[in-house]
Amino acid sequence: MAARTLIQFPATARRGEVVQVRVTIAHPMESGFRPGMDGRPLPRDILRRFACRYNGETVFSAELHPAIAANPYFAFHLVADQGGTLEFEWQGDHGFAQVERRPIQVA
Amino acid sequence: MASGSTPRRRLLLQAGAAAAAQVLVRPAAAQEPPALAALVAQFAGPQKVREERVKLEIAQLVDNGNVVPMRVTVDSPMTADDHVTEIAVYNEKNPQREVARFQVGPRSGKADVSTRIRLATSQQLVALARMNDGTVWAHKVDVIVVLAACIEEAKP
Repeated sequence: MAARTLIQFPATARRGEVVQVRVTIAHPMESGFRPGMDGRPLPRDILRRFACRYNGETVFSAELHPAIAANPYFAFHLVADQGGTLEFEWQGDHGFAQVERRPIQVA
Repeated sequence: MASGSTPRRRLLLQAGAAAAAQVLVRPAAAQEPPALAALVAQFAGPQKVREERVKLEIAQLVDNGNVVPMRVTVDSPMTADDHVTEIAVYNEKNPQREVARFQVGPRSGKADVSTRIRLATSQQLVALARMNDGTVWAHKVDVIVVLAACIEEAKP
């Protein structure tokens, strides 16, 4: 089942404008250090990679560690130089993989 | 006798005051924990680490260590000739030293990234940035954490 995501950036941008992109995904980011009901640490289940591609070219990527809070949030910037597609990809433990695509309009 | 003892007493007083001052106004940021120093050296490699262009923004007093907003900005024009390639954040006392690593470039337009992190206890954090010319910049911040992450039990 796909995790819920929240992706926000200006609907339209002027050519060459620097826009902020904010991205959240619903994920527990179980650190592997937290004790469970039996007192033993719960097995780790985190996201490892996040990448944002702009018309196929990677403009931002992040390497995540257990110190990233649950429901990982990232805010970053990119130069809106042409209309097209923003592709957001998350990869994590136990084969977690999710890709979201959003159109971006540049006037 | 009186004239002989006064300087000694004054000296003792001065020494005591100096010691007290050292304890009270201990410059926290001046002392680099060895765990962080090793990581900074590993990231920087042969490069000298300087402290001007990076800024790590985080609350000095953190109420809840489970969700701590954090922002790293780097003073860079982000052009093809002069831009930030990598930003890394390390902590001192979490179970693992790494927090996050970001790859940015000239298409970012602005070296400004934010995220939310976990902090297990009061500690020092360091943000490092690598420029395309290879130079490395750092900024260290001390934070006090009231409620630590990783202690609460999982819900049944």
